[in-house]
Amino acid sequence: MPLLTVNEAIGQAIAEEMRRDSRVLIFGEGTATKHPELVAEFGAARVRNTPLAEGIIAGTAAGAAATGLRPIVDLLFAPFLCFAMDELVNSAGKLRYMSGGQFSFPMVALAMTGGGWTVGAQHNHNLEAWFVHSPGLKVVMPSTPADFKGLMQAAIRDENPVLFFVDLALAFVPGEVPEGEAFVPLGQAAVRREGSDVTLVSYAKTVHTCLQAAETLAEEGVSAEVLDLRTLKPLDTAAILRSVWKTGRLVVVHEASAPCGVGAEVAALVAAEAFAALKAPVVRITGPDAPAPSSYPLEQAFIPQADAITAAARRLVAVDLPVSAPGSAG
Amino acid sequence: MPPTRPLPPSRLLLERMLLIRAYEEKIIAFHEAGPFPHVCTSVGQEAAAAGVVSALGPQDQILTNHRSAGHLLARGADPGRMLAEVMGRITGYCKGKSGTLHISARELGVILTSTIVGGELSLATGAALSREMLGGDGIVACFFGDGAACEGIFHESLNLASVWNLPVLYVCENNQWQAFVHRKETMLGDHIAPRAAAYGIEAVTVDGNDVEAVFEAATAAVAKVRSTRRPFLLEATTYRQRGHMEPHDQSYVDPAEIAAWRAKDPIDRQKARLLDRGDLTPDDLAGMEARARTALDDAAAFASASPFPDPAELTTDVYA
Repeated sequence: MPLLTVNEAIGQAIAEEMRRDSRVLIFGEGTATKHPELVAEFGAARVRNTPLAEGIIAGTAAGAAATGLRPIVDLLFAPFLCFAMDELVNSAGKLRYMSGGQFSFPMVALAMTGGGWTVGAQHNHNLEAWFVHSPGLKVVMPSTPADFKGLMQAAIRDENPVLFFVDLALAFVPGEVPEGEAFVPLGQAAVRREGSDVTLVSYAKTVHTCLQAAETLAEEGVSAEVLDLRTLKPLDTAAILRSVWKTGRLVVVHEASAPCGVGAEVAALVAAEAFAALKAPVVRITGPDAPAPSSYPLEQAFIPQADAITAAARRLVAVDLPVSAPGSAG
Repeated sequence: MPPTRPLPPSRLLLERMLLIRAYEEKIIAFHEAGPFPHVCTSVGQEAAAAGVVSALGPQDQILTNHRSAGHLLARGADPGRMLAEVMGRITGYCKGKSGTLHISARELGVILTSTIVGGELSLATGAALSREMLGGDGIVACFFGDGAACEGIFHESLNLASVWNLPVLYVCENNQWQAFVHRKETMLGDHIAPRAAAYGIEAVTVDGNDVEAVFEAATAAVAKVRSTRRPFLLEATTYRQRGHMEPHDQSYVDPAEIAAWRAKDPIDRQKARLLDRGDLTPDDLAGMEARARTALDDAAAFASASPFPDPAELTTDVYA
């Protein structure tokens, strides 16, 4: 299989889908400027630059999606989505329901986020959970080049609005990517490493951090399973529960802050559906409740690191929780 | 309802206005009779709705706002299904999931009633982009008020429609009131139309309480958008004769202002004009008014007798 970077994999998926389906088009701030190859192949009508105005970019996508096109919009950096919240949340997310199913909104909104480029808090804000909380939207945040391609294909073909987040730190990471069809269904997590003692659930760049931690833990005789969620909505609840029933211990890792985040949802799911499986408390390792800093060392401190994950896993494995009185555990 | 026999446009326009007024009066009557869902009525604005919508073709699409009954009815919407929607019944256009504020009717080309002020402006460009890219000569009519013209998305929408050459007929129904605030408190100048020039968009202001003048201006504007594939802004100066919503409250409005605008009521003006011209006899008029009332009595009976949605509908239609 050829090696492609994440950015190349996304570009390949978009080009292939535009070739398959003449209703697919892409627009955004600098989209045509940055993709002369798409303009050359598909023409200026299907590959467009837009004004710096996220509200109308997203609204135009929603209006076009409701009336027969399948737009992809590049909104650049996730914090810019704040200017497009009405169009994404109130229009694209709700109008199918509010119309009693008369309209659908097949569109993809792309945005970059995540630490690694020291771009600071108005370009880096992991706000994916906001959209998980909004009905009618699907949310994707992959970790490998092959998944970026396959999930982009799935997102473009889906009949619903899909928020597609690109972790900045992964943009130039190479990996094997299938040529042609690489479809990865929305809503399916992937087991990246099998294990039996503890489950590490993550998505985006921290999946790789979890794999690093699992390697270290293996050297210490702790067998960690790494589950890559890939899609945050719909969430692959069966995959999470299957793993926790097997290991009995759960660490959820993401760069977004903890309050009401995806980790909280995963922890609540496990508490409700797999409480009896738990041998130790659920741990979340997340970014802090603070805007993302620019200074490199501060930004690195913001991002969950492998040693924090290994330390948490060690603590959980050391806990022996027979059902007993409070305070006696560990 | 679409007329069953051809009518001269001026009589058709009156008939459509009478139906809209009868619909709004039925809503008011429901409110006077007891608790009823909140509704933003368009009493006093019927000429703008009937005049513009009557100038559209079947291939055209409409996006509108929370004061949308006139646009829907002028387009031929069934008042029974509209009332059913307001009352949360399964027979409504949106299965009772929209309520009065968000009725859309795909079969009529009414894509959206936005209650987010300005939401219609954000989607209109996309609907027009579809019209351009999927072929045909259809255009998109986008109805909004002077309040929405104070939202940032108004400017974003006009700018993009102009830069991308999108066939949007922007229709500003300047009804003087932005919810509970007179436009004099929120904007300088009396009109929205001059703003279009900044985006290279042609604009015309018309007396929005003169249905024939609106129809004539809209016909010209629709033809222009259809042939040039460029946006156009038509501002209809009109007046919201009732409070922001039912149940009605206008305690914050100068009674002299209301009286002055009631004297320019669009329906009274059109009746007088047709009677004066001899285009209509008092008997014709009485017949038209009786038909509108009967249509709404039937509509109310249909809606009231319609069932509520099954609880299982709660989570259907969320995802495609």
